[in-house]
Amino acid sequence: MDRKILLKFDGFGFKYNAQSEPTLYDINLTLRRGERILIAGPSGCGKSTLVHCINGLIPFSYKGEMSGSLTLKGRETKDMSIFDISHIVGTVLQDSDAQFVGMTVAEDIAFALENDCIADPMLHDRVKEVASMVGIDDHMRHAPDELSGGQKQRVSVAGVLVDDVDILIFDEPLANLDPATGKQAMDLIDRMQQETGATVIIVEHRLEDVLHRPVDRIVLMNKGRIVADSTPDELLSSDELNKCGVREPLYITALKYAGVSITPDKHPSSLGRMVIDDADARKVTDWYHMNTRAVKEGTREELLKAEGVVFTYPGTERKALDGISVSVGRGEMTAIVGTNGAGKSTFSKVICGFEKTDEGIITLSGEDLASLSIKERAERIGYVMQNPNQMISKVWIKDEVAMGLRTRGVPEDKIEERVEKALKICGLWKMRKWPISALSFGQKKRVTIAAILVLDPEIIILDEPTAGQDYRHYTEIMEFLTELNRKGITVLMITHDMHLMLEYADRAIVFSRGHVIADDKCYNILTDKKIIKEASLKETSLYDLALKCGIEDGTDFVKHFIDHERETVRVEQSMEEVYD
Amino acid sequence: MTNLFNYIDRPSPVHRLTGATKFVCLMLWSFAAMSTYDTRMLAALVIGSMIIFKVGRIKIKDVSFMLGFTAVFLVINSIMIFVFSPRHGTEIYGTCTFLWGMSGRYALTAEQLFYHLNYLLKYLSTIPIVLLFVCTTNPSEFASSLNKIGIKYSVSYAVALALRYIPDIQKQYHEISQAGQARGIEMTKKASFTGRIKAAAGILIPLIMSSMERIDIISNAMELRGFGKGKKRTWYMGRPFKVQDILAMAGCGLLVALAAYLAYVNGGRYYNPFI
Repeated sequence: MDRKILLKFDGFGFKYNAQSEPTLYDINLTLRRGERILIAGPSGCGKSTLVHCINGLIPFSYKGEMSGSLTLKGRETKDMSIFDISHIVGTVLQDSDAQFVGMTVAEDIAFALENDCIADPMLHDRVKEVASMVGIDDHMRHAPDELSGGQKQRVSVAGVLVDDVDILIFDEPLANLDPATGKQAMDLIDRMQQETGATVIIVEHRLEDVLHRPVDRIVLMNKGRIVADSTPDELLSSDELNKCGVREPLYITALKYAGVSITPDKHPSSLGRMVIDDADARKVTDWYHMNTRAVKEGTREELLKAEGVVFTYPGTERKALDGISVSVGRGEMTAIVGTNGAGKSTFSKVICGFEKTDEGIITLSGEDLASLSIKERAERIGYVMQNPNQMISKVWIKDEVAMGLRTRGVPEDKIEERVEKALKICGLWKMRKWPISALSFGQKKRVTIAAILVLDPEIIILDEPTAGQDYRHYTEIMEFLTELNRKGITVLMITHDMHLMLEYADRAIVFSRGHVIADDKCYNILTDKKIIKEASLKETSLYDLALKCGIEDGTDFVKHFIDHERETVRVEQSMEEVYD
Repeated sequence: MTNLFNYIDRPSPVHRLTGATKFVCLMLWSFAAMSTYDTRMLAALVIGSMIIFKVGRIKIKDVSFMLGFTAVFLVINSIMIFVFSPRHGTEIYGTCTFLWGMSGRYALTAEQLFYHLNYLLKYLSTIPIVLLFVCTTNPSEFASSLNKIGIKYSVSYAVALALRYIPDIQKQYHEISQAGQARGIEMTKKASFTGRIKAAAGILIPLIMSSMERIDIISNAMELRGFGKGKKRTWYMGRPFKVQDILAMAGCGLLVALAAYLAYVNGGRYYNPFI
């Protein structure tokens, strides 16, 4: 373990000029050559700030006061330029689409070399070499909009590797990828680390997905401080993750429910390698058999129905939707899942009337929607976009929420009443007089949901409702949606977050290449190998845990886990909130 | 995808010229065509441009939209000239030959018709060259070309970035306007003029806000990869000048010289057959 120290934080602190309190306190962290570390922590814990300090965006783009010392290869970063640092540290940003600055794959990879004045033939040779390293060399002349999310990320990785850096930083590499592609991304990072010998820093709050490949250490941050810096096995055996609001892997949660004690010598960081002895397996089996309850199936009233819907984007050949038939019952909470380009977003656009179907019928409560305009449909079907900034156009919360009513000519006193109701439902009543710019991302999301709810729709469709949210905000948004759902609003969510569908959706409709390939309970879908593969999903670790403990019906085990979570754990959580 | 450039990749001698060459040639050719009113030279340029267009292997149907657009523009322009200045030809050529025994302010004169003919020839000699430039220049190479002819690389790269992100912004605009319409922003003709201005604001504000977010990320991404480090940078798509590039530019340079020579011989920009 006598590897060379690359990076060292020593009593380091940082305060942004625009803020009164420091964002980082007393950071002590050492990174050696070839190490892989995962930095985890809730939103606002300071992990992005820490990364910006390493890659030089602080202090070159974001100004503030630094204290203590931060050295890169023995040199204080204060004495280096951002360009000096860029030769040592390569950063792959979360949004690989915005990071794509070149017109084509090859140009984007070449970008750093161009800036370094590398001339031909070196330039072309190096680009080709790196492109084949990440496996994107068949797409050299492709423009970004011709690539999938996973391919764009490969290009970003290549664009950083081209510079032969010592440290690779991945900022939330899994945020915009579907589960299967996320798995490939972790494989790629792992392979690149081995081939280049670089030090890898991954910033991510999806612990379970990152741990698909081994990491040496996990640095857990909370409120601007490092609260743990230990091996994954040690960290998973402690209670630190729960204290910080970072989600532990599902199989660990299940084991804890079953009363199994987690210790480092059991290797909890990887289910495959984990030691589960007979006694522990028996505990899990007992827990599973403890209370298996019958599900109550209520009567179902059909709300939204699509029959044989076909749609092709103008100017393209392929049918984006090819004979879609689905039905959503009133009061249901349903997830639509599938890869990018599978047709799930297109389907929601067709429902909202943004695009006109070529064939097929869509009905709401039995009424054909074809003759209704976008505006008329919106009174019955609410659509919430992924990025709230794409919807917000007013300065004040109240005006934003009232907008849909004002454009419909509803009298002011009525507006007042309905806005109040919507704000109260969304927990924004206290903030009603605030400007929207003062809100957090999650609160903005609530404003957009309130702005839709005020029109009193029968169903709301949400595009990736929790994208980019940490576990606490994720839970907050999803509990809020569940609450709405309990009040009778039908909820349709487009997502590729498997936890979300497993925990919150009653049912999932799986899209693949314009077809519906499955429409079933989530626990059935996430344990069906064929569907998982086709829809680029990932098997839930709960299923593997069941098999490992000798439970034959893995699917039923998953269902049991979810029922347990919903009925016991969540009730406790909401009780806590009351006394909070 | 709609884009400012409509690059069509078909191997031809015109495609093989570098973007910088094509840009310089376009400038020189247009300058020659715009400066001279010598009908003989304009006619030669028209024939020349048609031949080069053919060599570039661009088909009429590839550019039919742009052709139609310029045709409409040309017609309107000609009508306006005649409406506002029906004796422009007479002023230039110094004679006044009424045709078909007409008289009055809007009577046709041979001089006016001749002036319009020259005007038409100017258009016909430049349009094919402009279209050819747009269709045979690879947009990524264009940025490197601008840099090569002396424009600062940060400015050249801004052009490339704009081309890169225009489709994204179009897509975003489309999405935002759909969501806006769902909330009742009326974008159709049903709304009054002020109503539509307000509606546009309702879409532009979110568009600007989300674009600002993006710009922040992009500029960080570029800095992290060393953009702006040196006074110079190389270009992956850049190509060195070859013999044909020098020849093409020299040829176009000669055209400008010819236009200047003709101006000297004719004693002005106009070739006058009426004296």
